[in-house]
Amino acid sequence: MKKRWTYRLLAVLAAMTLFAAACGSDEAAVGTGDCDTVDSVSLQLQWVTQAQFAGYFAAVDEGIYEKYCLDVTIREGGVDIVPQQQLASGAVDFAVSWVPKALVSREEGMNIVNVAQVFQRSGTLQVSWADSGIDSPEDLAGKLVGNWGWGNEFELLAGSRKAGLDPSSDYELVQQSFDMLALLNGEIDAAQAMIYNEYAQMLEATNPATGKLYTEDDLSVIDWNDVGTAMLQDAIWADGARLADESYADITERFVAGSLEGWMFCRDNSADCVEIVLNNGSALGASHQAWQMNEINGLIWPSPDGVGVMDSDLWAQTIGVSTSESILASPPDSGAHSTVYAEAAVELLKNRGMDTTGKNWRRVEVTLNPGGE
Amino acid sequence: MMRGAKAFRMVATVLVSIFLLVAIWEGYKWMGGATNGTWPATSLELPASTDDLTMPHAADIAGELFEEIRDGRDRLPLSVFLIKKAWFTLQEAAIGFALGLTIGTGLAVLMLRWRVAERGLLPWINVSQTVPLIALAPIIVTWGRQQNLPDLLSISLIATYLTFFPVAVSALRGLQSPDDAHVELMRSYAAPWRTELVKLRLPAARAYLFPALKIAATLSVVGAIVGEISIGTKTGLGRAILNYAQRYAVFPERLYASVIGAAVLGLAVFGLVSLAERLVVTRSQGAVEEVVR
Repeated sequence: MKKRWTYRLLAVLAAMTLFAAACGSDEAAVGTGDCDTVDSVSLQLQWVTQAQFAGYFAAVDEGIYEKYCLDVTIREGGVDIVPQQQLASGAVDFAVSWVPKALVSREEGMNIVNVAQVFQRSGTLQVSWADSGIDSPEDLAGKLVGNWGWGNEFELLAGSRKAGLDPSSDYELVQQSFDMLALLNGEIDAAQAMIYNEYAQMLEATNPATGKLYTEDDLSVIDWNDVGTAMLQDAIWADGARLADESYADITERFVAGSLEGWMFCRDNSADCVEIVLNNGSALGASHQAWQMNEINGLIWPSPDGVGVMDSDLWAQTIGVSTSESILASPPDSGAHSTVYAEAAVELLKNRGMDTTGKNWRRVEVTLNPGGE
Repeated sequence: MMRGAKAFRMVATVLVSIFLLVAIWEGYKWMGGATNGTWPATSLELPASTDDLTMPHAADIAGELFEEIRDGRDRLPLSVFLIKKAWFTLQEAAIGFALGLTIGTGLAVLMLRWRVAERGLLPWINVSQTVPLIALAPIIVTWGRQQNLPDLLSISLIATYLTFFPVAVSALRGLQSPDDAHVELMRSYAAPWRTELVKLRLPAARAYLFPALKIAATLSVVGAIVGEISIGTKTGLGRAILNYAQRYAVFPERLYASVIGAAVLGLAVFGLVSLAERLVVTRSQGAVEEVVR
């Protein structure tokens, strides 16, 4: 039923595009920089400037949004900034947010819609020392397990439950700060880490025993993508109420296409994107950002259905974990995400001969320096 | 001659106190290293761990100030970077301070003029300070963005929220401070309320106002930094502190350096207000006495 609704919308959209093209309007020239007017829009990020958001910065700095007749202002996140809330209040036009957090906001009454699922995988890991014997979720039994809380713990809770552990009694959950000191100092047995940030921080720290940096061989990693409790993360969200407005819907389509083209640029020019991120004032070091860019690319590529298009299995898995962990009271309605915009963008980019799936993308070799410098 | 000696004494005091601070820091650190983290001759643990991560050497923190870092397209020493950031924070704090001063004294005059206003407003002014900033920041920034105000102004408003309170309360006390005899004298001259305010009450309020202004000035810096951290703007010391807090595990010296930067900025604005106090209060002390006595 849902599928058919989507197809119908797509058909209407395709027809409209054809009609517009036949009329010789500027609709046919989307993404070519042939602009009658330029629309100013703002994008709220979840956190400060870093390679996690490189695609958007690249789309600004490389003039990609400009080609889509957009003037995009990027708003960095802060400690008290909730992107969905900024979006729903009308303070910004688009927001980047993790899927479960945004769905909670939607359940609370914010009319926000996932218009492009940029990250196709979860970047959350549970990291411990290689000699601790923690290699899979069941090994967490009886351990001190760090997590950040604030909704970042659900993959861990669901993953350990899947392994037959009761999070309330079989191990001890410890509130962890946003650095890796607790694991480095041995205060906890396993720490939560994003593969593109905190995990790299471990590898930028010096092992006092050897005087050299820790290596991946020193660490043991539980990857929730492998366990099967991964939840979708960075996606572009739009204001659901305004999507009914034709001009905002049109802007959304162009914004999604421009953003996805930005991510494709960062896939093919990761070194340039690291430079762009650093130019935009990241306080994190160059090698750290290079690592982050590489790993972020790994979360996006390959995108088998086309970049930004929702993987329906992972969407179902995210909702499954959300409801079983009682993050969501009930599964969201079908309006919570729309593949129309991303599919239209993929079509547009494909027609220009660009690679929208990145199936041949390979990681680059990144050498981390002490402190990520 | 006298002035030179005074300046020398001030510089010497500052230097000695910095030296003492460093000596205590390094002494404690050395002791912790020697006793393996306990008080000497006991097995009582020290309150703070003394390893290089928790307490980097003072020399390393100072040395980090000359370390070159990247700031966008530029490379510059950390100290210059922090000064640049402090300049932004100072602007936000200054706007916040100016607004807080205006609103605070405005409220005080209002409460002085109408008793009803005092009874009605004062409890709310007190209550206002129990609202945690963490709740206030998103409200202010969301509102500000809806009005298309720059984030810098939203941050200033957070600073204003902290600063207007001590100003309002102290100014009210100051304005109410003249003796009844003096007020009655003014009334006996049939002086209008405005004259009474300008000639008697405002001069008398200065002695109460300046201590409050010193608190307000440092609070405005705190407010600006808290605002920067919660709102998330590229500029300012708050952002530097946030970034280095995230990287504490690898660069503890930088976090300490940025916190010291914030402390220096706080001291600087405190000094500026003290300077203003000297100019305004001491210089016209005679005039005040003439009016009050």
